[in-house]
Amino acid sequence: MQKSLLITPDLCTSCLQCEMACSFEHEGVFNPAKSRIKVFEFEHGRRAVPYTCTQCAEAWCMNACPVEAITKSAATGAMEVNDSVCVGCKVCTIACPFGTVNYNKDSGKVLKCDLCGGDPKCAEVCPTNAITYVDASWTGYDRMRQWAASTDNQPGA
Amino acid sequence: MGWQKQILRVDLTKGTAEAEPLNMEWANAYIGERGLASKYLMENMDPKTDPLAPENVLIFATGPLTGTIASTSGRYAVVTKGALTNAIACSNSGGKFGAELKFAGYDMIVIHGKAAEPCYLRIEDDVVEIVPAGDLWGKTVWETEAALKSKHQNPLMKVASIGLAGETGVKYACVVNDLHRAAGRSGVGTVMGSKNLKAIAVHGTKGVTVDDPDTFMKVVKESNAALAASEGTEGLAADGTNAMIDMMQEWGGLPTRNFQEVQFDGVGNINAAAMKRTNANGHTNLITNKACFGCTIACGRIAHIDENHFTIVNRPKYKHASGGLEYETAYALGPVVGCNDIDALTFAGYMTNEHGMDPISFGVTLAAAMELFEMGVITTEDTDGVELNFGNNEALAVMAEKTGKGEGFGKVLGLGSKRMCEKYGHPELFMGVKGQEFAGYDSRALQGMGLGYATSNRGACHLKHDAFGVDMEDISGNGKAQPVKDSQDFVSMVDSTGTCLFTTGVWGAGDFASMLDAACEGDWTEERLLESGERTWTLERQFNLAAGLTAADDSLPKRLLEDPTPSGSAKGKVSELGKMMPEYYEARGWTTDGVPSNETLSRLKL
Repeated sequence: MQKSLLITPDLCTSCLQCEMACSFEHEGVFNPAKSRIKVFEFEHGRRAVPYTCTQCAEAWCMNACPVEAITKSAATGAMEVNDSVCVGCKVCTIACPFGTVNYNKDSGKVLKCDLCGGDPKCAEVCPTNAITYVDASWTGYDRMRQWAASTDNQPGA
Repeated sequence: MGWQKQILRVDLTKGTAEAEPLNMEWANAYIGERGLASKYLMENMDPKTDPLAPENVLIFATGPLTGTIASTSGRYAVVTKGALTNAIACSNSGGKFGAELKFAGYDMIVIHGKAAEPCYLRIEDDVVEIVPAGDLWGKTVWETEAALKSKHQNPLMKVASIGLAGETGVKYACVVNDLHRAAGRSGVGTVMGSKNLKAIAVHGTKGVTVDDPDTFMKVVKESNAALAASEGTEGLAADGTNAMIDMMQEWGGLPTRNFQEVQFDGVGNINAAAMKRTNANGHTNLITNKACFGCTIACGRIAHIDENHFTIVNRPKYKHASGGLEYETAYALGPVVGCNDIDALTFAGYMTNEHGMDPISFGVTLAAAMELFEMGVITTEDTDGVELNFGNNEALAVMAEKTGKGEGFGKVLGLGSKRMCEKYGHPELFMGVKGQEFAGYDSRALQGMGLGYATSNRGACHLKHDAFGVDMEDISGNGKAQPVKDSQDFVSMVDSTGTCLFTTGVWGAGDFASMLDAACEGDWTEERLLESGERTWTLERQFNLAAGLTAADDSLPKRLLEDPTPSGSAKGKVSELGKMMPEYYEARGWTTDGVPSNETLSRLKL
């Protein structure tokens, strides 16, 4: 079963534990500046929205890469960057319509979400379930159920 | 590790900013944040210095856990000699600024001197500069943050700044970071303003490492999970700290109308339930809860004001969401001034954030002014024509704005309650200790709290000890000295780690020891941590004694010592401070004059 990160912004409190878990997993350091997931706040914190790569099936970043450094993982479906091949040309950062591939000035390579090889740490540490890792075919299931429930407006028997 | 082992030393008089190694001998003795900054303060200035003189030193300090994934690890403290109190000041804050400072590679910033012209400090990793801030002077906290991010094209920058209150010399101005988190008490923002320092803008990309990463992650996952699973966390996320207002009302410890009463008839209009209630216009005050950096609890309130309300009906700029009422703001803008209009309270709260002043000190000062007004000592001639009666919600809103901006009678309110009451010949109406106004707990109904207030090194404060449990068990002053002393030491330690006191409903000294032991080099045991906490407390005391304070400053207002509470569980009681104080000095190993004995000093290696 292929799984996806499911993000529910309404539940996010902007604690940034996801950013720290991400940077720690990949870099061994607590450092939001090196996180592949970012939380954005709007209107003095009225809304907080975690945002990261959605792992496009036909990925712009992968198609744009001139050296084939980005490949699709058969196990997780994640687009992964092979650092030993990446030349840091940044074309993928331009190609990605969502801005979720970014250049790392310290390594000269690019950073993007790789789903931690199938065990994404952001979802593991999120204290409010704003980030979960679920069946990729059913990311809309809970919302469908919610809407379906809202049609149940008949008075009880 | 845990520490970055580097500090930034800034001299605003000379215009220099240079990195230097952290003194690891001191870090090992005082941990970080509150304790370590107190040591740096003691070693870098004469405690007798006028708090507003250039020779006062202003320190922004993080702890070894700041910026890690330990829950609530976003905290930093501002340590200096307080403008309000003339005593050592230590105000800590959450939000994201503290962690960002650490990510830039610094455990603390030690600021000396005074700039000739308004300036701000810009820190982006190793790039540090003191920049003229002429165009920012006069701007609010909210405008300043937006202007700095825009100017430096860096939306990731975190900003701590002062507002007009800090610029105009309000004695209880605070330092506000991330729009509505504040190092709030004792006038640390006033000191920043006196140095002509408008803001610190920081962005860091270096991150924080720990000594034993595997153990650290294991320990932290367990600690964070315990915190997430607790009932206290659930309650704080749902209702915020304002859940306390119903408890204090029921107990009869909710200071009302400048401490003339201990229960407030308007509580139902401003409590946590009221924040969630939809009014006749279809408006609900509370929007959502919000976490500080790394926090599992998320007790912060994001609220908004009804657009039809008189405070903002013609001022669309205040229709946006921002920080909402927490217990202390609800108390200080509500019961203590007799006000019960949730939108007026929320607006006054916006004013304290936007202009950068402590809502507790502001509210309690306004309460004393209201009492003076009702006594006829001051009249509408003094108050710019405003009827300053208790319960006047319009007066609350107007005076919050005037005080924040340093206008009209707001200038007088900006003196703080002690100076204002002395000015009008009624020093007995000042409700506080060492020049600092009380938080929302009455010393007659919570005896240990009264002792904690009287002995707090930064003046009246509810956060420097934790005798709440024993106070609810026993209404008398019996046996309160030891728990107050022990909890003061414990809290000093927690404040020195870089985490938040709200973890301590779940985490004990052993949990902190496990986290620090994994994060830092060396062996960190429970005993070592608690000894460090006691050392910090005693060092703060030494600072105050050297500044000229004495045992006479460990006192409570006459009203609490002589006037019995009119209602509630402690009806008829007064504070038993006279009985508790000698027991407290003895528990601390201090002389009967409140001076640490030589044995105590040598035991603590002071």
